[in-house]
Amino acid sequence: MKTIYKKPDVFLSENMHYCPGCTHGVAHRLVAEAIAELGAEERAIGVASVGCSVFAANYLDCDFTEAAHGRAPAVATGVKRVHPNALVFTYQGDGDLASIGVAEIIHAAARGENITVIFINNAIYGMTGGQMAPTTLVGQTTTTSPGGRNPAGAGYPIRMSEIIATLDGAAYVERAGLYDVPSIARAKKAVKKAFETQVHKKGFAMVELLSTCPTNWGKTPVDAMTWLKDYMIPQFPLGVFKEV
Amino acid sequence: MTRELIKGNEAIAEAAVRAGCRYFFGYPITPQNEIPEYMSKRLPEVGGTYLQAESELAAINMVYGAAGAGARVMTSSSSPGISLKQEGISYIASAKLPCVIVNIVRSGPGLGGILPAQSDYFQATKGGGHGDYRVVVFAPSSVQEAADLVMECFEVADQYRVPVMLMGDGMIGQMMEPVEFKEPKKRGLHEKSWATTGRQGGERNVISSLHIVAEECYDFCLEREAVYREIAEKETRCETELMDDAEIAVVAYGTVARIAKNAVLKARAAGIKTGLIRPITLWPFPSDIINDYAKQVNSFLTVEMSTGQMVEDVRLAVNGQKPVHFFGRTGGIIPTPEEVFNELMKMAEGEKHENNL
Repeated sequence: MKTIYKKPDVFLSENMHYCPGCTHGVAHRLVAEAIAELGAEERAIGVASVGCSVFAANYLDCDFTEAAHGRAPAVATGVKRVHPNALVFTYQGDGDLASIGVAEIIHAAARGENITVIFINNAIYGMTGGQMAPTTLVGQTTTTSPGGRNPAGAGYPIRMSEIIATLDGAAYVERAGLYDVPSIARAKKAVKKAFETQVHKKGFAMVELLSTCPTNWGKTPVDAMTWLKDYMIPQFPLGVFKEV
Repeated sequence: MTRELIKGNEAIAEAAVRAGCRYFFGYPITPQNEIPEYMSKRLPEVGGTYLQAESELAAINMVYGAAGAGARVMTSSSSPGISLKQEGISYIASAKLPCVIVNIVRSGPGLGGILPAQSDYFQATKGGGHGDYRVVVFAPSSVQEAADLVMECFEVADQYRVPVMLMGDGMIGQMMEPVEFKEPKKRGLHEKSWATTGRQGGERNVISSLHIVAEECYDFCLEREAVYREIAEKETRCETELMDDAEIAVVAYGTVARIAKNAVLKARAAGIKTGLIRPITLWPFPSDIINDYAKQVNSFLTVEMSTGQMVEDVRLAVNGQKPVHFFGRTGGIIPTPEEVFNELMKMAEGEKHENNL
């Protein structure tokens, strides 16, 4: 029997704690494949964040530092400055990156910090049980916006990729989606490019991955993917926002 | 012996570099700005990195990352900035990482003022951040001692894998005194095999403050508590002067101890048998020494630049054996030797002594 495809060794065989249909597992795999394809298993250092991905170190077999909520880009800065030749990446959700950690992500990008940021945007707080996120869509129902997000009091969702792309220190910024096979293939290229940007010492790189949270959205996995495509993409258009 | 006249903040920075500190992350705040300013010039000369963070929150988390990566790393700030760092300090303690934090204390609460104070004693010694942890706190009383102790801070931090604070009031940071930079006393510590460096062909390392299973968190806290007890046993420091025949013990730390010493000498000249107990570590606190002297002296006078914080630890140490009085100045006002002397005279004359501010 000929092996034509197998999971990279850096992707561990642990049973994942993620809910059925959640795309964190897909995103983890894309990160693992990029690390493996760059041959960087021995020099990769991940920085996990607070949220569902707090357990990322359980699934990726490389050095890891677990950061406080929102502070992953600052922690990664400390790691990268000590080990400039390591492949340093953060893996952050939308509450972490676009709410409590806005200052850290903006300034890491502004400094041109030579790190790779994987930003999971699923428009909700997953770990804490489905509260409104900074990326929750207008009208989207969450446990803290039970009548749907009303901009009159709760404001509007934040487009982080567009904001980061305005900063001179950002070398590569792309938003991709994880909702069908072609979109995942494109997301894989974006993730790899974000790591290559670091390898080539070009500066700060971020990939925003639109992701699903079937449990907290109250949808089946398939319906969640359809909702992502129909409702999230109009608010968060896919594409490359910065490439130097 | 070469001595140079140098400002306290700069002496702390230079001593840190000589102790092997190669990474500094900070954010401007008065009255400690000479530390980051000095580091921004000095660290590149020795192949190190200075980085001005976007906030104290970011700075302490950069420290977390660099400490986890195996570096000797320091940050400095003053009271309001130290409040912001408390989240990171709790995480650093929980992830068992060594680092040094300098607090050049100003008056508070809130934005407070920029003049010297000791009103961060509770914050420094009683946790500051959330959870079951301790921070080792050194309190120098001179610029020379600040330089010596910051070197020691790095050794203690590395040996026990704990955050260590050097706490000086604004006077320590701002005044100039002659300093001899000594060779750091190395403790012959092991390589940091736990650091995140990339697997590099070996086992991977994970730095984490997450202990989600109750039994694991319990075991972790007990393991750390054992380390804290070992620190208390081996690292407690205290200096005593004129205590052999003392009937009144003055307890004071930092620059206030020098003011108190003048008052003690003046009281001695007036025939009053007083002495000075000066805690050098605020945590661990020299409770045993104070408890022992409680059997000898008639009473204690604690002097602080606060409304009375360390005095609570003195009372716990004395444990009701003798009266413990308090004299303080706060808000950036520095007590004078005459004021402390007057307090001692009142005590010697047996006047009913109220806590005095």
